[in-house]
Amino acid sequence: MMAAFLALVRRDLALALRAGGGAGLGVVFFLAVVVVTPFAIGPDLALLARVGPAILWIGALLASLIGLDRLFAADAEDGSLDLLFMQELPLELAAAAKGLAHWLATGLPLVVAAPLLALLLNIEPRATGALVLTLLAGTPAITFLGLIGAAFASAFRRGGLLVAVLVMPLAIPVLIFGVAATTAAITGPVPFGTPFRILLGLALGALVLGPVAAAAALRVARG
Amino acid sequence: MRLVAEHLACTRGARPLFRDLGFVLEAGVALIVTGPNGTGKSSLLRLLAGLAAPTAGTVRLEGAGVEPDAPVAEQAHYLGHLDAHKAALSAAENLGFWRALMGRPRLGIEQALARVGLGGLGPLPVAVLSAGQKRRLALARLLVAHRPLWLLDEPTTALDVAAQARFAEIAQGHLDAGGLIVAATHAPLGLSPARELRLGAPAAPRTGEAAVGEMDGSAR
Repeated sequence: MMAAFLALVRRDLALALRAGGGAGLGVVFFLAVVVVTPFAIGPDLALLARVGPAILWIGALLASLIGLDRLFAADAEDGSLDLLFMQELPLELAAAAKGLAHWLATGLPLVVAAPLLALLLNIEPRATGALVLTLLAGTPAITFLGLIGAAFASAFRRGGLLVAVLVMPLAIPVLIFGVAATTAAITGPVPFGTPFRILLGLALGALVLGPVAAAAALRVARG
Repeated sequence: MRLVAEHLACTRGARPLFRDLGFVLEAGVALIVTGPNGTGKSSLLRLLAGLAAPTAGTVRLEGAGVEPDAPVAEQAHYLGHLDAHKAALSAAENLGFWRALMGRPRLGIEQALARVGLGGLGPLPVAVLSAGQKRRLALARLLVAHRPLWLLDEPTTALDVAAQARFAEIAQGHLDAGGLIVAATHAPLGLSPARELRLGAPAAPRTGEAAVGEMDGSAR
């Protein structure tokens, strides 16, 4: 069963990284949002440092949603999903494997790019560390919550809009505590650990809930 | 091992396709599902594969080597109209993925490709393969993982004469090894022993009477 899980992760990762796979799109979008923000806000460095973490988080949230609508829809269109339904590997684990591969291809590059982009927003080094930690915990949560929307999108043609509408409200708590933890690390007075632990809890919940709910949605869509 | 279907009914939209359909298929025998377009051949195969829920009735595998609670789907290969390939990956990568995912491996990737006449084409991306070659690659999937029951929906679509003969040889080998095949087809597949399940009468009484008849050796 582990071999099947890893096979699915490897295939989805290979597909995402090939030309046209769309792995780079999220990072480029993230980059674009963060780079244009200082021009829009103007030369107020103090303000930029204050809103910086929020901008990075909004960029990461939106970038994480890119490509999710095709996650199950592509498999549904070419018949792969039928075969995934029939295997010993439970559909929940298949959904988790696809989520993991999608995060490795689109979420992890955001985390890696964040320290560089933090420089552009005048975020101090100490806060950059906190920001990277919160993104490392928060982006998997967004991707795995996104699995639910992706599963519904596979049932409809042009379900892309559905993903954003379904997933955005679910991801709001992750956004709130991600930004709160980063802000706490910069200015206080709340210690960094308090909101960060809540963020970790949300992430763990999403890692379990996402694949289970996505599998249920896929079954309903099929029935 | 035998495949037992009892009192199956299927509704597509508001239209009943068939009802009270039942058969028992013994190991080593092929069931050829025939009938005009729109009479529920593909729907029947999807029911058997567990990809759609029947309106009524049950499907199960019985006999030696079958876990009582295991779903039929896990014992079956399903070859539908869609080939389930990823165009960006090579033929060998596609086949290797399904081999690793499905478990219970049989032939190696190169062997399976050679068996369906795609020897040496493994490194090519599926995007550049012809329709017939894609179909052959889908057939190779039957060979890389062991499943006693093969559910084949129009298996010879897009295949040339030589590939059809190759397919018949592969399918006959599966039957001779005690496997089961349920195939929906319009063209004779040349399998023996085979029985015919005729889904029928798309006209007036839209319920579709199902009749199971014996077939002699090679299908019509």
